[in-house]
Amino acid sequence: MAVLVTAETRLVTQGITGREGAFHTLKNRAYGTQVVAGVTPGKGGQDVEGIPVFDTVADAVAETGANTSMVFVPPRFAADAIYEAADAGIGTIVCITEGIPAHDMLGAYTYLRPRGIRLLGPNCPGALSPGIANVGIIPAQVFAPGGIGLVSRSGTLTYQIGSEVAGLGLGNSTIVGIGGDPVVGTSFIDALELFEADPETTHIVLVGEIGGNEEEKAADYIAAHVTKPVVAYIAGFTAPPGKTMGHAGAIISGSSGTAVAKKEALEARGVRVGTNPTEVARIVAELVTA
Amino acid sequence: MDLYEHQGKELFARAGLRTVEGRVATSVEEARAAAEELAGPVVVKAQVLTGGRGKAGGVKLAATPDEVAEHAAAILGLDINGHVTRRLWVERQASIAKEYYFSITFDRGAKRPLFMLSTMGGMDIEAVAVDHPEKLARIHLDPAMGFRPFFANRLVFAAGIPKEERRAVAAIIEGCHRLFVEADAMLVEVNPLIVTPEGEVVAADAKVTIDDNALYRHPEIAAMRDTAAADPQEQMARERGVTYVKLDGAIGILGNGAGLVMSTLDVVDQVGGTPANFLDVGGGAQADEIVSALEVILSDPKVQAIFFNIFGGITRGDEVARGILDALDRLEIGVPIVVRLDGTNAEEGRAILAAAPHRHLHVEATMLDAARRVVELAGGAA
Repeated sequence: MAVLVTAETRLVTQGITGREGAFHTLKNRAYGTQVVAGVTPGKGGQDVEGIPVFDTVADAVAETGANTSMVFVPPRFAADAIYEAADAGIGTIVCITEGIPAHDMLGAYTYLRPRGIRLLGPNCPGALSPGIANVGIIPAQVFAPGGIGLVSRSGTLTYQIGSEVAGLGLGNSTIVGIGGDPVVGTSFIDALELFEADPETTHIVLVGEIGGNEEEKAADYIAAHVTKPVVAYIAGFTAPPGKTMGHAGAIISGSSGTAVAKKEALEARGVRVGTNPTEVARIVAELVTA
Repeated sequence: MDLYEHQGKELFARAGLRTVEGRVATSVEEARAAAEELAGPVVVKAQVLTGGRGKAGGVKLAATPDEVAEHAAAILGLDINGHVTRRLWVERQASIAKEYYFSITFDRGAKRPLFMLSTMGGMDIEAVAVDHPEKLARIHLDPAMGFRPFFANRLVFAAGIPKEERRAVAAIIEGCHRLFVEADAMLVEVNPLIVTPEGEVVAADAKVTIDDNALYRHPEIAAMRDTAAADPQEQMARERGVTYVKLDGAIGILGNGAGLVMSTLDVVDQVGGTPANFLDVGGGAQADEIVSALEVILSDPKVQAIFFNIFGGITRGDEVARGILDALDRLEIGVPIVVRLDGTNAEEGRAILAAAPHRHLHVEATMLDAARRVVELAGGAA
């Protein structure tokens, strides 16, 4: 098993004929993901190195039984692409696109959530279950199969910590990048719930950053519902208040949302917090061998 | 994008909300002319993108044009929390019977807009929330339902707004919500929302933040950006499409992805260095973008060394390596650059760099080693 992306994943890429869409779809297929279709309106009937392209997601689902979509559509059209996937019956939508207006995502989130449709992202790197399947842009070569579930708000920081963990000979059940936008479909708590229920996952690593209070809420959830050991990392100890650090959400406003406050909230609930990626990996290794 | 008070009020007026009449002034003469035009007592208000104007001496009452000129001279150039005042808003003095507070924020945790209304306006609302939580009505709006008249009612009753003002306050709530949605706002705040002795309800201040990702559909708001007020390096970065935040230290830092760059700052700090900036080159990182990013970093004279930290996902290591070599050719780089490349096509990238040695180029295998190296090259306790 694994979470979100599994052996049952049948992937359709929305925006498959774009440069990034094509590149990463082919990488995902080369890794072993069942890529069954692509969608680009007006290019139905073509193919991308053997992957059939359809005009609509509904056609792709009808013809190929796709159950997961990866969105590589430009930001102005991405929310529409998410609705299209949901309307076509897709159960898991992974949105890589960066720069989608927050109000567009508010509407999409509010539509999807009560329907039980899983959205990962937007502005996220996707999910990778090593040895099984990869949906998104996570560089799979640095990760190995194993028992550590990794969830992160940041893409490249996920790779950094994942590679440090792999460097110590440990592997991952699934790496989940939830994205750093104000409205993301899957929260830390959603991912923790998935990992807690996943028999393959033995340990969990949570990678947070400044801004908002998602890490604090995750800390409360861990104390109440998570039995597996959790190790955390928070980025942004040197970030000055009032400055947005790249992610729309990564801003310290007032006294809340600082890295120190998040670290303390997590430690108060028994979660060990590493001060840099190398230390996080060391703590995980310590817990695994203990 | 944060808007100045006068820009927020312009949006309020367009949305049909009552504000106080005023004029923008960027010089003492303009302030005097504005006062003469408005005729009568006015308020001279510093236009800065930060709070605490009043405490810093950035808001002054004036009865005559001479007094306005005197205050304008004192406020123009005034440093308020690191923001130098370059423009003023001169507005008619409103008679104030009561001061309320109203805001709509984009609550990312709840994933709903949060409406807050209080009869204790005009002061620090965070203090009201702590000391008098019962005086601050806080209600989330379900976006699936959308705005409904009962929703404004709930808020007005919960906040204890007196009967005779309910209708006017409810109209403000509805108008602000319309603006919040139509302008893609992340924040619309009115503090104070004043009630005049005649019972009129007027927005006496305006704080509006617009979602940067949505500016493409609001060109008239995007044009409001005050490029002169921005830090010159931050402005240069914006023009070149990279995310740059200036800090005080000696080590220029660039990487791909906000989280990794934040983490890089922390690690440099932990090994005894001082970051000069935060710079996220984003997902693509083609040669032109890397040249631009390096130019932005090198425009800060304090930079003694540069740490280039790339973990490729969507970014490809070979493209980054070619970009770095291209940048070294095109730019006069007189400081050491420590490069750490990992992830997608990183091996190809490292091979490209190894094949073209350069006296300022140092390649390290891990983030921690690279951080130590750059601190050492920057001269130890940089």
